[in-house]
Amino acid sequence: MPKKPLLEFTDKGIYCHQGKFYIDPWKPVDDAVITHAHADHAYPGHKHYLAHELSREVMLYRLGEIQLQTVSYGETVMKNGVEISLFPAGHVIGSAQVRIEYKGEVWVVSGDYKTEDDGVCTPFEPVQCHHFISECTFGMPVYQWKPQAEIFNDMNNWWRSNVEHGLATVVVGYSLGKAQRILQNLDLSIGKVYTHGVIENTNEALRRNGVELNPTTRITQDTPKEEVRKGIIIAPPSSVGTPWMRKFNPYSFGYCSGWMAIRGAKRRRAADRGFVLSDHADWDGLISAIDATGCECVYLTHGYTAQFTRYLNEIGFNAREVHTLYGDDEGLTEVPEEEPNLSNPTPEEGVFEKAIEAPGKVFSFGEDEGGAKEDFR
Amino acid sequence: MKAFAQLFLSLDETNKTNEKVKVLKDYFNSVPDTDKMNMLALFSGRRPKRQINSTLVRNWAIEASNIPPWLFEESYHVVGDLAETMSLLMPQNRGSSSKTLTEWINEINGLADKTEEEKKRWLMDSWAMLDSSERFVFNKLLTGSFRVGVSQSLVIKALADITGIEPPVLTHRIMGSWMPDTYTYEQLVQEQTASDDISRPYPFFLAYPIQETSEKQKSAEELKSALGDESEWQAEWKWDGIRSQLIKRDGQIFIWSRGEDLATDKFPELHPFLNALPDGTVLDGELLSFQDGAPMPFNVLQTRIGRKNLSKKILEESPVAVIAYDCLEYNGEDIRHKTQSERRTILEKLQAATPFAEIFRISALIPFDNWEGLEKTREQSRAMIAEGIMLKRKSATYQVGRKRGDWWKWKIDPLSVDAVMIYAQKGHGRRADLYTDYTFAVWDGDKLVPFAKAYSGLTDAEINKVDYFIKRNTLEKFGPVRTVKPELVFEIGFEGINKSTRHKSGIALRFPRILRWRHDKPKEEADTIETLRALLGE
Repeated sequence: MPKKPLLEFTDKGIYCHQGKFYIDPWKPVDDAVITHAHADHAYPGHKHYLAHELSREVMLYRLGEIQLQTVSYGETVMKNGVEISLFPAGHVIGSAQVRIEYKGEVWVVSGDYKTEDDGVCTPFEPVQCHHFISECTFGMPVYQWKPQAEIFNDMNNWWRSNVEHGLATVVVGYSLGKAQRILQNLDLSIGKVYTHGVIENTNEALRRNGVELNPTTRITQDTPKEEVRKGIIIAPPSSVGTPWMRKFNPYSFGYCSGWMAIRGAKRRRAADRGFVLSDHADWDGLISAIDATGCECVYLTHGYTAQFTRYLNEIGFNAREVHTLYGDDEGLTEVPEEEPNLSNPTPEEGVFEKAIEAPGKVFSFGEDEGGAKEDFR
Repeated sequence: MKAFAQLFLSLDETNKTNEKVKVLKDYFNSVPDTDKMNMLALFSGRRPKRQINSTLVRNWAIEASNIPPWLFEESYHVVGDLAETMSLLMPQNRGSSSKTLTEWINEINGLADKTEEEKKRWLMDSWAMLDSSERFVFNKLLTGSFRVGVSQSLVIKALADITGIEPPVLTHRIMGSWMPDTYTYEQLVQEQTASDDISRPYPFFLAYPIQETSEKQKSAEELKSALGDESEWQAEWKWDGIRSQLIKRDGQIFIWSRGEDLATDKFPELHPFLNALPDGTVLDGELLSFQDGAPMPFNVLQTRIGRKNLSKKILEESPVAVIAYDCLEYNGEDIRHKTQSERRTILEKLQAATPFAEIFRISALIPFDNWEGLEKTREQSRAMIAEGIMLKRKSATYQVGRKRGDWWKWKIDPLSVDAVMIYAQKGHGRRADLYTDYTFAVWDGDKLVPFAKAYSGLTDAEINKVDYFIKRNTLEKFGPVRTVKPELVFEIGFEGINKSTRHKSGIALRFPRILRWRHDKPKEEADTIETLRALLGE
């Protein structure tokens, strides 16, 4: 009988038979190792969680009362003889690649990652391994990011010009990751930073975790609109087009996402400005990251898996595509954000139960293009 | 070129009409007059002649991008726009060109007598000296249709603000067969008469639909409250042909289609009657194929559109005549300001005088006493080979573009069947990277036969759901086309149905579109090929 691989792809998630734990499982399990706190990786309902220490407060805020063990980067945890350690993924604050070692065989699960240093989270660090399980959300050569300094220069100029023209400025990005990256790179000499409640809840969780962030003001009903107009508002994608946003009229709204690289996607969003800013690796970033692991085999879990796998094989890698339910935290499928809002603390549960029940063969070797979640509400 | 690329970026950066007009004005105010005319030409569909065929451009772009051809094709499906795909795939470049739009267009036009090798060197050098946004518009100039997120009417509005000339006048002045090397900005803004360009058509007056969707039929009562007294209106059949303007000036004749294509040579059988018209005459009407004095369905006419050579056989099988319904110029005088009734009298006089009454027909007025009566008559539309009824206010002038108020189209319900989606393909433009182009099938025994493709009719939210389904229920892939698990049922509407030898199902539909998603129907209950054949009248 052939030896069971150290990590397997099952209908609950990535499973380590030897260590009896899952990595980012999407169905309730006993023991889960979590790469980062985004909802398509950190699902509710597991008995025990292991994650990076900077994910702690956000996970407690998002998942409620859970049994959570946290570690720092490089620290080792043993489970049934299998060594587990976390390494920086550079995706969002607290995001990690999970390194698994057993009898000299090393696997690394990337979770989501980017190779550019965003100055906010610990930069991505390549980890040598035999088997690398990688995302490829932007695994097409049309996705090539510019250095973030250029993007933030554009963003600050846009903000400045809006203030001059009496327009409110609303910048839209995901509440964990994009929001802090924007916050830390704005030119605060222009004005104050205001936040939507969903964003501020995440900011507060991070501050409780000891993360130092620039000052922000939560927008409430009493916040004077004329003051907000002079500043900048960071809002989640779910607020686009809502009465909450319309009350700042006249405003200009900018959308931050890697998908903004394509004109059609930008027009579909009907954003005034599209900033090509992603927390995922671009085409060159993915290839250089995979190359740096020196792996024998790379497994592509989500994104343009079919095309990227074919290309990697053509240039000499041993690549395979795998289906998972990890999805799109950059808004390709144009659904409201997968996170708590103020009126309803845990709306995401329903979404994910439905997503799991949704038709489709989870681990068939087919192709999927990133949009794993859909709005079933 | 820098200014032109910036114009593109800026238009993309706002969704507000006033902002767009401002951006356009800033552009006009910042570029030389020759660039203004080149921009106007591009924005009104007058693209420079294609000097390098698109296969060569594509191949050289693949070479410049240094990726395998299949990956270029996959990228194109993700981006949904060839010019944009090429600009995204080429190595980033910090260079920038100081050449104007006019200089670039002149260079492109100068390629005509160059060898393939020279063209290639020119193109590679050009790409290397442009930054990515300039490269995008440059590629558009080379390859594509110039569809931009701005309508011609906004461009006209910006130009009107700058020149102080009324928009309808400008709309008229940029019609016709001009190109930027034959028509200067100075000529555009100075006083003109109709004789300046004897081929120039008038802007078409377009009717508004009286009901937003086919599902919300207007009753006679609602018509009465919306349009008022019957006696103020004239009614005609809404013909399903090619909307055209026919011009006779200075002994020359011109036939324009609605898309501002000069189609004089495509309809030789109309020439005798046009030549017999008095000089200074412009007619508005519909071109249709006729047989034994009766109009034929649009697909008959369709077989000869687009043909370079009109064979004797085609001319015999699909002879064309015009059904005229308006007169815009008479005795060399623009009579668009006269009332509908006055113009009709002139049109009738012209038609009465023609020796070619079989070719120069007139759109008969439908007699009706009240709206209820007209509603009854409308039910005969399909038998008349018409799409419904046109209502025109007797006191109306002939206006510019699609205007509410005086011309209404009152179309009949589309035909419809319930069909199963079996193939899907990604869309273009703002639907890039989403599955939005579907092929539908009906049952033939226990097999599903494809019979129609449709792109429109779903809301954005529905498109997202269907896209989600397709990505998870793909059975096979053939290039960009996916075979989808047959499961989703949609009601497909269409205006007409005809036999076809070119389609597997043996039928061809006119204007197929999705009317709604039938969540309530399992695929087994979709319609059959017999249902479609019955609609053919077989």
